Amino acid sequence: MIAFLVTAGAAFLMYLILTAGSGTIGFWSLSELVMGVLLAILTGLIARNFLCRSKSFRLLDPRRLLLLLVYVPGPFFVELTKANLDVAYRVITMKIRPGIVRVHSGLKTDLGIFMLANSITLTPGTLSVGIDEETNDLFIHNINIGEGDEKREVIESTELFGLVNLPAWIRRIAE
Amino acid sequence: MTAVEILIYACLAIGVVFNTLGVIGLLRFPDLYTRMHATTKATTFGSIFTSLAVIVFGLSMFFSQNDSQYLTLAIHAFLAAACLAFTNAVSAHAIARAAHRSGIKPMLAVVDRLEEAKL
Amino acid sequence: MIDAWILTVLCLTVLMALSTVRLVLGPTAPDRAIALDTVNTLTIAAMILLGVVFKEVIFVDVAIVYGLLSFVSTLYIAKYIGGEL
Repeated sequence: MIAFLVTAGAAFLMYLILTAGSGTIGFWSLSELVMGVLLAILTGLIARNFLCRSKSFRLLDPRRLLLLLVYVPGPFFVELTKANLDVAYRVITMKIRPGIVRVHSGLKTDLGIFMLANSITLTPGTLSVGIDEETNDLFIHNINIGEGDEKREVIESTELFGLVNLPAWIRRIAE
Repeated sequence: MTAVEILIYACLAIGVVFNTLGVIGLLRFPDLYTRMHATTKATTFGSIFTSLAVIVFGLSMFFSQNDSQYLTLAIHAFLAAACLAFTNAVSAHAIARAAHRSGIKPMLAVVDRLEEAKL
Repeated sequence: MIDAWILTVLCLTVLMALSTVRLVLGPTAPDRAIALDTVNTLTIAAMILLGVVFKEVIFVDVAIVYGLLSFVSTLYIAKYIGGEL
């Protein structure tokens, strides 16, 4: 039941965003609102088992959603900018020292691992290649491994990020 | 030229520069994984900035002319950019994992822990 | 004002042609897959800009749908390459 409500609510929100500016009730016209409610109920009936696979609804907490809205344009965007300057430097100079290392994430939930893997892919010099599903360790292709790091068995995830501690943010949002 | 126009030109220029760097990296880097570094990061960032130019244009036209068509343009451009950033990261991870499973080794690599782990 | 948008779209088109070089050369299948992914990303960026050039919001809607469909196709190509299909 709660999965149905969450899915239908998300679908209705998406419909409202896509049709903003169509009429006079707020930004919407009456026909768009009625159609949106009908389509949201239909979507919720069909897709409730796809959107909410695990039975935890941690992200419904408004404080976590607010943190997520701060996280994406704030710390994440800072690291994204730094990553692109780094890639620009490597494209021009071709100074690379690549390798695949094992990174200890310290996160327990699937959502946390998912967010960390995606954040790693878009942050400086790193690209997530694989996941060890028993220990939740990530395998990271690093374009420029520091001297001596290739001999270490496991690297902590906080060492990958220079300016902002992204794993701590993800732990606050997802766990 | 107003401040908004300068902002739009700057966003377009940054977008084109980073897209160009991404494509140059795609052509220049020696192996698959390093090419993916160039394409996923640089083209995502460049496309976000060209979309940002469209969002700034739409919002400025909406506030100066009060035509709701421009608000729709800005919102839809924002949604497209969000989709792009999210889907690029996921598909990059999918292709990297598939390539490693199919037996493509990273060239010039100093260490390969995934090969040792044998998942 | 419009000229800058058209110039940007032209630049993106040239970049698409350049990534096609990797699509043809690419020694392995994943190389071709990421070249295709790059072309898709640039197409979406160009479509958003064309929405401003022609003053039609429908271009941006098409860009959203194109992006989601190309995401699904890339995932399936990845599954095929990894031998999980």
